[in-house]
Amino acid sequence: MPDTPEGYDVPETATSAEGLRGLRHVEHAMGTVFSFDIRDAPTRAVRHALDRAVAWLHQVDEVFSTYRPGSQISRLSRGEITLADCDRDVAEVLWLCENAERLTDGWFSRAPGGRLDPTGLVKGWAIERASVILERAGARNTCVNGGGDVQLRGECAPGVPWRVGIACPARPGQLCALVTGRDLAVATSGTAERGAHILDPHTGRPADSGLLSITLVGRHLTDIDVCATAAFAMGPRARAWVESLPGVEAFAVTSDSHTWWTRGFPGVAGSSSSSVTWPV
Amino acid sequence: MAMRRAALLATSSVTGLVLLLSLKPHHTTPSAPAGTGSGAATSSPTPGSGTGHSSGASGGAGATGTFTGAVEQTPYGPVQIAVTLSHGELTKVRALQTPSGASRSRAISGYAVPTLTREALGAQSAHIQAVSGASYTSEGYTQSLQSALDKAGA
Repeated sequence: MPDTPEGYDVPETATSAEGLRGLRHVEHAMGTVFSFDIRDAPTRAVRHALDRAVAWLHQVDEVFSTYRPGSQISRLSRGEITLADCDRDVAEVLWLCENAERLTDGWFSRAPGGRLDPTGLVKGWAIERASVILERAGARNTCVNGGGDVQLRGECAPGVPWRVGIACPARPGQLCALVTGRDLAVATSGTAERGAHILDPHTGRPADSGLLSITLVGRHLTDIDVCATAAFAMGPRARAWVESLPGVEAFAVTSDSHTWWTRGFPGVAGSSSSSVTWPV
Repeated sequence: MAMRRAALLATSSVTGLVLLLSLKPHHTTPSAPAGTGSGAATSSPTPGSGTGHSSGASGGAGATGTFTGAVEQTPYGPVQIAVTLSHGELTKVRALQTPSGASRSRAISGYAVPTLTREALGAQSAHIQAVSGASYTSEGYTQSLQSALDKAGA
């Protein structure tokens, strides 16, 4: 917000209009935190949709959590129930997982440790669906951030695109890049917060990727999130792979503290070439 | 470059990613928490709806057969999938209906290419609305920039 010159009265309509205030909400679910930032007028329909979106996240956790022995996914994994006994969402998720395995040449896996575990897809999918729930109620300018994976819709103010900071993996609290746009999905995979939790599905061991983090940008978080996980596991191969994906761009921070990004990002500040490395 | 890729996308046949993007069987609304399945409008049972099994299957042994899902309206057009189960195991997923190329390219052409700004910035100076980073836990969140943004905007 720019400084207001002294003695200048901000027009009443700009501050008091309910519509400009929007609606925000923070929800703990699925072992992380979801931040909702709705820039549309908080009508009854929108408030109700936010309630449903929050309920949706908890429902997803109940069905898909591998930490809950009684969840459908845990019971399915133990062979106690069949797919036909599960919510229809389970079939959808498994189908999406299958597509994701194909798309990523197996670098994304629905059974990364040998056991059925679609967790790597479920969060992004749940966030994107939460965003759709809001949109269907008329909230067309929203940001849903689940543990650092972000689905954006519309813009943050009329004519103003959203701006998402990319956290510096080596320097907590700092940003190392900004992504600006409308209708974006932004997902980052890395070891900074949870340690080496991304497994190389080909070896079953933690991925030794040479990356501290990789951020993928595209349209739909379901896809972008799994692609980010796969790209992190791929390591050096990730760049060429992302270049081959239409509508997807990447920004990476390497273990030797350099960055690279794909060619489709226009207007990268400070450089005309994407191959210039930049210490972080 | 971006233009060329976009053009390629609009005219080429379905590639892996486009498949993933466009064939996603989005439900128009999620199932209600109470488990009342939404939009199961076909005659065949919907996978996972628990309302029926195809011939020869009994509840305990796991269903065998092909289950056709309801037609789902997605942002790209109607999508319908069929899932084949063998004793409850997912063996095949097939798309019966997919959005036309025209609606897919319309959806894609509306996508504004994002920009990347490479700056070392504190959150305060960046005028950002969200932070993307490696997944934080509930505990990690309190230390995060996102938490600061949420507080500032509350």
